[in-house]
Amino acid sequence: MKFAPFDYAAPTSVAEAVALLAQAGGKAKALAGGQSLLPTMAFRMATPTLLVDLCKIPGLDKIAIDDNGVRLGARVRWRDIEEDTRLKTAHPLLVAAIQHVAHYQIRNRGTVGGSCAHADPAAEMPGIAVTCDAEFVLQGPKGVRVVKAGKFFLGPLSTALADDELIIEVRLPAWPARRRWAFQEFSQRRGDFALAGVAVFYDEDAAGRATNSHIGVIGACHRPQRVPQAEAALNGRAVDAAAVAAAAEALSGALDPPEDLHAGAAYRRALAGTLVERALKRAARAATGT
Amino acid sequence: MKDSFFAHSVGTPVERVEDLRLLRGRGQFVDDLHREGVLHAAILRTSIAHGRIRSIDTRVARAMPGVRGAFTADDVAQGSNGSVPTIPLRLAPLPELVLFEQPVIAHTKVRYVGEPIAVVVADSISLAEDALDAIELDIEPLPLVADRHASARNDALLFERHGRNVAITYTASKGDAASALSKNPAPYVRRETFRVQRHTAVCMEPRGLLAVWDGAHTKMTVSGAAKVPFANRRILAQRMDLPEECVDMIESDVGGGFGVRGEFYPEDYLIPFAARKLNRPVKWIEDRRENLLGSNHSRETDCEIEIACEKDGTILALRGRAWVDAGAYLRTSAAIPPRNVAQFLSGPYRIPSIHVESSVMLTNKNPIGTYRGPGRFEGDFFRERLFDMAAKDLGIDRVEFRRRNLVSEAEMPYPIATITSPEKKEELDGGDYRITLDRCLAEIKWKEKSSLQGGRLADGRLHGLGIGCFIEGGAAGPRENARIVADSDGAISVFVGSTSIGQGLETVCLQIASDALNVPMDRIRIFHGSTTYLKEGFGSYHSRSVVMGGSAILAAANALKNEIRKAAAHRLRCVASEVAIGDGLSAAFGGKSVTLKELAGDGLSAEGTFSNHHHTYAYGAAAAHVAVDPKTGHVELLEYVTVEDVGRTINSLTAAGQAVGAVVQGLGGVFLEHLQYDDQGQFLTASLADYMMPTATDFPNIRAIVLENSPSPNNPLGAKGGGEGGIVPVGGVVANAVADALAPLRAEPRELPLSPPKIWELIQAARSNPPMEG
Repeated sequence: MKFAPFDYAAPTSVAEAVALLAQAGGKAKALAGGQSLLPTMAFRMATPTLLVDLCKIPGLDKIAIDDNGVRLGARVRWRDIEEDTRLKTAHPLLVAAIQHVAHYQIRNRGTVGGSCAHADPAAEMPGIAVTCDAEFVLQGPKGVRVVKAGKFFLGPLSTALADDELIIEVRLPAWPARRRWAFQEFSQRRGDFALAGVAVFYDEDAAGRATNSHIGVIGACHRPQRVPQAEAALNGRAVDAAAVAAAAEALSGALDPPEDLHAGAAYRRALAGTLVERALKRAARAATGT
Repeated sequence: MKDSFFAHSVGTPVERVEDLRLLRGRGQFVDDLHREGVLHAAILRTSIAHGRIRSIDTRVARAMPGVRGAFTADDVAQGSNGSVPTIPLRLAPLPELVLFEQPVIAHTKVRYVGEPIAVVVADSISLAEDALDAIELDIEPLPLVADRHASARNDALLFERHGRNVAITYTASKGDAASALSKNPAPYVRRETFRVQRHTAVCMEPRGLLAVWDGAHTKMTVSGAAKVPFANRRILAQRMDLPEECVDMIESDVGGGFGVRGEFYPEDYLIPFAARKLNRPVKWIEDRRENLLGSNHSRETDCEIEIACEKDGTILALRGRAWVDAGAYLRTSAAIPPRNVAQFLSGPYRIPSIHVESSVMLTNKNPIGTYRGPGRFEGDFFRERLFDMAAKDLGIDRVEFRRRNLVSEAEMPYPIATITSPEKKEELDGGDYRITLDRCLAEIKWKEKSSLQGGRLADGRLHGLGIGCFIEGGAAGPRENARIVADSDGAISVFVGSTSIGQGLETVCLQIASDALNVPMDRIRIFHGSTTYLKEGFGSYHSRSVVMGGSAILAAANALKNEIRKAAAHRLRCVASEVAIGDGLSAAFGGKSVTLKELAGDGLSAEGTFSNHHHTYAYGAAAAHVAVDPKTGHVELLEYVTVEDVGRTINSLTAAGQAVGAVVQGLGGVFLEHLQYDDQGQFLTASLADYMMPTATDFPNIRAIVLENSPSPNNPLGAKGGGEGGIVPVGGVVANAVADALAPLRAEPRELPLSPPKIWELIQAARSNPPMEG
C-alpha cells in the first residue's frame, strides 16, 4: 500500500500547473485534497509519474457570491462550504448535500474540484452541479473554456476534462429565496457513498404549481444526471401526493442503475424512487428542505 | 459474597491501567519498534485463485535498487531439507488433516488469491513493493472451486491426492435423533435452511512482525507475538530446525485480537526465515489490503436443520447438516468453527437427541480460523431463528418456548452433544438460565413494549422485538502458569502466560494479584505473554486468560506466601507455620517482623500452575428492538440489551466493556460485514470502504448487564470466561427482531447479512410469493 515512485511539483500559478500537466503527456495528475487520488495510488491502481500539487496557487480557495450565483473555487473544501454562513441562504441545497460528504476528516481536506474531476457517480458535489445546471470553468494550455455540468460528466470516473486541463471554478446559478428544495440520500453508514441520492428543487407559479423543476440523481446511475421524465411529471402541477407519486414512478422508470457488491439495480431503482418521493414531500411541506 | 482472597479490588470498577499510556500515545506496537539496520519485507501474493506454478523469476527484482533479497518456495526448501514447511493445526489436529496444511509459501500450486508466493526484502517498504512489480510469474490457471456447492461437486480438486474437496465431516451426537423424529404419534417437525456470510474480525492494528537473528548466539527473537506465543515458538523452532530455547517470542501492545491475530500464519515463518538468511533484522507490517485478504476469515456456513417438538413445545430433537466454506487450507484453528457449529448448536437448551454433521468444504478462498464466538455465532443464528418459527407454528409464545426448554439448574451438570473426531465431550457446568432470561426481558421492557411487537407501524416503520438465549465456553486447558518475584525495592513482579490482545488483561491481573497478596496495585508490575518470562504459557483464546491466568496467579501468590514464611522463619527464629503475613507481605512472629524488602534481598520468588479440564459456561440472554423502513430496507437498532452471568466479575467496567464491544462487533456481522469474492475467485472487499464495519455512531443504544449468581465450581476465582458471550447471540436475536417487524409481510430472514438491499429483496419476494395458508 505504498505509492509507486513519482515526481512532485507545487507550482504557484494555474498557467504553470497546466504547462506541467501538458508536458507530462497524460501521465501527470493534479493533487488538491488527495482524498480520492491518494488511496488509488496506494493500491497502485493509479501510477502517475508526476503529481502537480495545487496547494500554492492563490485564489482557488475562494467562495464568491453575487447576483449571478455562487462561484466555488476548485480548492474550496467541504468544510469551507459548511462554515460559510452566507451559503445557507445563497445556496441551501448545496449546503444540505455537502453535509453528507464522507466524514469530518475527509471534509477537512476534500475539495470541490477534486470531487468533480474524480467523478464518482455517487458523489454529492457532481450531483448538485448537474441538478443546478452549473458551469465548469476549465483552463488548459490553450486558455479557458466553460462546460455545462450536463456535458462535463461522461460516465463513472470519466469527465470532459482533458489531461492538461484544470478545473478552476464551479459556477452555480443564482438561487431564488422562495425556491422549494430538498436533498435526500441513503447510505448504509453515515458518510458512505450513497446507494442512491436525489436533489430536487422547483419554483412555484402564482397558482402554487411547480415550474422549473430540477430533479437530479446520484448513486443509482452511471453519472450524475437530471431526470427530465420526472421533472415533466411535476411541472405545471400542484405538488400533491399524486404528483409526487407520478414523479417518483417516472424517475424509477427512467433509471438504469449500476450493480455492484453493495446493491443491485432493482434495489437502487426503487430506492431512488422512494428518495425522490420523500424529498418532494419534504420540499412541499417545508421552506427548508432538510 | 466476598471471601478472603477478594477483600479490596476484585469485583470493583477499576479503571484500566493500560489506558493512560495508550491514550497518551505511549503504546509500543510492533511497528513502533526500531532496530539498527532493519530491512522491510513485502510479500507477493498470487492474483490467480487456483493454478499451477510454472515459474517464478525474481532476477530483475533482486537487481533493483535497495533490494537485499527475494525468496520463493525454492529458497525456503533449500533452507529446510528440501521441502517447504507447512503450518500445523494447533487445535483438534488429526493425522488425516495434515494433507491440508498450508505451506509457508506457495509451491507447485496456488490455491487462493492472496497466497504468498515470494518475499522481497529491501531498505524500505516502498522499494520492496516496487520490486514486487518486477517479479515475473507464470501460473497456469486451473478450474475454480468457488463455493461450497462447487466444492461438493469435486469437478476441480484443491488436493488431487485426496480425491475430493471435503476435508472432514464432524459429527455431533447425543441420544437418538432418528428415532425421535420418526416416533409415533408424529411430533411437530420443521425443516429449514439458514446461511451466515463470510466475515471476520478486523483488528484496528493489522498483524506485524520484527525478526532479529543473532547468529553468534543462535538466537531468533520475534516481536509482534500475540495470543499464543509459546505455541508459535514451538511451531517456528521446529520448522527452522532450532531448539525452542533459541527462539523468543516477544509480546508488544496489540491493537485487537478477537481470535484472528496471533495465530501462526505464513509470514510468521517467512519473516524470521528472511532475517536469518540475510542476517539482518527484518520487519513486516501487514497493510489493510493484506489484512482483509489474508488474515483468517470466518463464519461462512450454511445449514439444513430440522427440529422436532411435542405439541406443547418440548423439544425432542435437532438433526441436520452444516457446511463450512473453509477456504483453501486448514490453518491452526480451522477445525474449531466447524466443530463448534455442530456441538454447540443446542446452546443452553435441553435437547435430548441431536445428530448434526458439519462438513469442512475446501474452496479457492482465504483459509478460515477462529473469530470471537467461533461456530457459536453461526449456530445461535440458526437455532434461535428456527425456534421462533417453531414457536409461531405451534402457537406458543416465543419467550415461553425458550423458558420451557432451557436447561434447569437441577439438571446441572448437563451433557451436550459429543463431537467426533477427535472426540470431545462437553457438559454445561451450572447456573439458573431463567434468571438471565427474566432479567433481560425486564431490562428491555418486553411486556411494556408488547404493543410494538409483530410489525406494528410507528413513524412509518415496522417495529419488532427479538430475543435469544446463549452460552459461552471458556477456560480452555490444559493449564496456565505464573511466577511472582519479590523485587529488591519491595515491589512485586508478576509474570503470567496469558497474553494481552487489548482486553484489559494487565488491569485484571493486577486486581487479582493485589487481593491475593494484599499488596496495593501500584506496588505490582504485570509481565505477560512473552516466552522470556516463563518456561511455558498458553496465552489468550477461548475466553481463558482471566480464569486460567488469574487462577495461576492465585496459586503463585499462595506459593510465594509459603516462601515468605520459610524465609521469615529463618530470620524470626520460628517455624514457617507460625509466621503471620500482614499488609504488604510483611512477616511477623512474636512481636518481631521483617519487611518484604528485607526478605527480597535474599531472592524470593514462587511459581504457580492452574490445571483445568472443565470448561466454564457463562450464560445469558439478549434482546433487541428494531424499526424497519420497508421502503429502503434500513433497520435501525433502537435498543439492544445483553445479560450474562460470568460467575464472578473481576472488573465490572472491563466485563461490561467486553460485552458491549462484542455486541457491536456482532452487529457488524449482522448488518454490514461481508467478505466477497467474484466468480473468478477475485477478492472484492480489499478496503474498509468495501468491507464495511460499524462506526462509533451506528449502534448507540446497547446495554450490557453482567451478573455473578453462579460462580464456577471449577476454579478458585469462581470466574467464567466472559469475553465472547456478547457476540454469540447477536445474529439470532436481531434477525428474530427483524422477522417480528416483518411479520405482517410474512418475510422470514434466513440469511445474513441483513443489509438494506437484502431486507428490501426479502420484502419484495414475500410480496410476490405470499405463503400458502395452513
